[in-house]
Amino acid sequence: MNVLIYLIPIALFMGAVGLGAFIWSLKSGQYDDLEGAAWRILQDDDTPKP
Amino acid sequence: MTLPCCTLDGEYFQPFKLEGEDAARWISSAGPGLKRIEFLVPQANRPESMAHIETDLGALAGVKSARVNLTGRRVAVVYEDGAIEPQALIDRLGFLGYMARPFDPRETGLTKDDKENAKLLRALAVAGFAASNVMLLSVSVWSGAEGATRDLFHWLSAMIALPAVAYAGRPFFYSAVNALRLGRVNMDVPISLGVLLASFMSLFETINGAEHAYFDASVTLLFFLLAGRYLDHLMRARARSAISQLISLSSEGASVIEGDGTRRYVPARELKAGMLVAVAAGDRLPADGLIREGTSDMDRSLLTGETAPETVKPGSLVHAGEMNVTGPITVEITAAGNDTFLSELVRLMSSAEQGQSRYIRIADRLARFYSPAVHTLAATTLISWLILGNGWHNSIMAAIAVLIITCPCALGLAVPAVQVVASGRLFRSGVMIKDGAALEKLAGVDTVIFDKTGTLTKGEPALVSPLMVSTDTLALAAGLAQASKHPLSRALVREVTKRGLQPVTVSDIAEHPGLGLSGTHGGEKLRLGNRAWCGLEEIGEDHGLLEFAFRRGAKAPVLFHFEDQLRPDAAETVAALKGMGLAVHLLSGDREAAVTRVAGAVGIDTAVSRASPQTKLAYVDALTKAGRHVLMVGDGINDAPALAAGYTSMAPSSASDIGRTAAETVWMGESASAVANAIKVSRRTQRIAKENFALAVGYNVFAVPLAMAGFVSPLVAAVAMSTSSIIVIANALRVGLGRTAQAGSARLNADTAPGRKALKDAA
Repeated sequence: MNVLIYLIPIALFMGAVGLGAFIWSLKSGQYDDLEGAAWRILQDDDTPKP
Repeated sequence: MTLPCCTLDGEYFQPFKLEGEDAARWISSAGPGLKRIEFLVPQANRPESMAHIETDLGALAGVKSARVNLTGRRVAVVYEDGAIEPQALIDRLGFLGYMARPFDPRETGLTKDDKENAKLLRALAVAGFAASNVMLLSVSVWSGAEGATRDLFHWLSAMIALPAVAYAGRPFFYSAVNALRLGRVNMDVPISLGVLLASFMSLFETINGAEHAYFDASVTLLFFLLAGRYLDHLMRARARSAISQLISLSSEGASVIEGDGTRRYVPARELKAGMLVAVAAGDRLPADGLIREGTSDMDRSLLTGETAPETVKPGSLVHAGEMNVTGPITVEITAAGNDTFLSELVRLMSSAEQGQSRYIRIADRLARFYSPAVHTLAATTLISWLILGNGWHNSIMAAIAVLIITCPCALGLAVPAVQVVASGRLFRSGVMIKDGAALEKLAGVDTVIFDKTGTLTKGEPALVSPLMVSTDTLALAAGLAQASKHPLSRALVREVTKRGLQPVTVSDIAEHPGLGLSGTHGGEKLRLGNRAWCGLEEIGEDHGLLEFAFRRGAKAPVLFHFEDQLRPDAAETVAALKGMGLAVHLLSGDREAAVTRVAGAVGIDTAVSRASPQTKLAYVDALTKAGRHVLMVGDGINDAPALAAGYTSMAPSSASDIGRTAAETVWMGESASAVANAIKVSRRTQRIAKENFALAVGYNVFAVPLAMAGFVSPLVAAVAMSTSSIIVIANALRVGLGRTAQAGSARLNADTAPGRKALKDAA
């Protein structure tokens, strides 16, 4: 059972990284425009500008 | 000089003007040499408009970036300081067909909603993190961890769960404490109690090295409940921001003439009695006043419901909210701010509203019975176990298990989940509901009262006769009419454009307020206006139509008849409402002939004409006293008190600001079918919400006896609670299903595509 000593901290750490990533994305405004984000992916904005 | 532009309703609007020191507060710095400004663009409601605005503004010299927020209908522009003026951005947006207004996050309540939203999302994330990790540990315990390992896992769970509960549970704890302070019980009381007791009992058990701990139950509960709370909030925030943006576009100032003749722009709230204000043709009056100079016609349709403009001359009294149609006038303000006719109506409204706020939401009504029932059950369990001689420890454990299992997880999700799906569906078809209570009330209405002008009708006249008129005459008349902003002139020009004709260029055009227009073409004198102006005799009879005479040289005058056109689907909507078993009334401030005409056309039997705002209010109140649940549908300033007094209310997006504020539901687009559609969806929503309640209660009927008998282990609790929540959510999603074809057609009506229209105009 000694393996738990590594595994549990690793699991918690990974969970915490996920939580941190979510809170970061929330702070950087990625949830401000859910509707727009859904449509943006369909936009043809990759044509080079004249 | 900026040209006025047209909105989706074809109405002309003046682009917002950024003036003087005011400009600074909209603009913030965005790095060295860069400035950032945000605009509210309510018409940017389609994916196309996003690309449209971003590419167009982005191509302007000096603009670094333009980004549209489709949810909030805002555009954030970063530009090089000095390279381009913010006013140029507004004008460009206006040219594209979008009304734009600078947006100051501090000024409106919008960002408060955003913050609240972010707070709930953070709590949801924390609860989700805790729930997943604690659940992993719990699964290990359930699969057979024993002795020291089990204790270790329990301790770890405690270390994750307790801080998470303390953080993520706050919205519920605060709400429960507030309710208890007021001597009431809401759904948050059993929630808080269940979560807290589960946590503390588990901690106690962990300290004693016992077998069962309910940490997973407490955090999973919080996670599901926060999801429900977030959905509820999302729905309110969405509609609120859309509506408050519509409101914030109102004209907000006037050009004041100083003693030395200079003009100065003054915001509406700083106007004072005695000031002289210049009002150009096409502008709305900012305050009540007396006309000092100039003769013109006033469009009072928002105030009185009358479509025909009224002629005013020096000495006439004019009111805030009226539109100056024909000539420039100078008005001496007699009342501003709190003393206007408008604010009198606002007072009427706020007194009417007090009756309306008494509605109690369905979940809260249920909570009144639910909480006492649950607490009684827990107490009964405790006492019976003690009587049966099971000792304090086991008895308390059983009682707490009852509290955990009855924690209204599914109940907390049952209503918000349905309502958010329903409001999302309505939102897509252009109907904005302010909150869940409005949706619930909409389902309960039994009487619908319509206003006429602007609600059942489009509020803009259209030519109805003569249909057989020579194209020459029509084109000439339109040539004259082009110079005027009179509603009938505009209707004439619209008709000519619709027939694919080109208005003839007329020279020497002069507008004679109160009479009509004159001009010359090819040596002939032309006149367009009322009967007397064109040498026709007046007739006494009122047939409910508006008219304009046109005279060319010495020929006999032609008489054009106009009618305020019905909204598309008005008659179908009335029929559909009647089919749903609702009583439909018409309540208008217009002349009797016009009201009778419209009532006949749409099939309404009960019609009242010449109703003042007070009469309308009294009418709604009388029906309410008689026990009817009235849905008031109106748009004007004169409808506002009645809108506030109704059980619930709807307004079209073309309504006056005050009308939109007073109404609980606002619909976009021309078609009147939104009214019937909204009621239909709300009824369906209510039915599914009730089903959800039944499911949630059914789950309790099954689970509570188990808990009372002491068979509920943490595993059973986790499985039972998750399953019931998932079932409730799945049921809620049904509202969004079915009859999508209908939603699709409503959607076409809903967004009359400002972007598309602008593209067409530009082409």
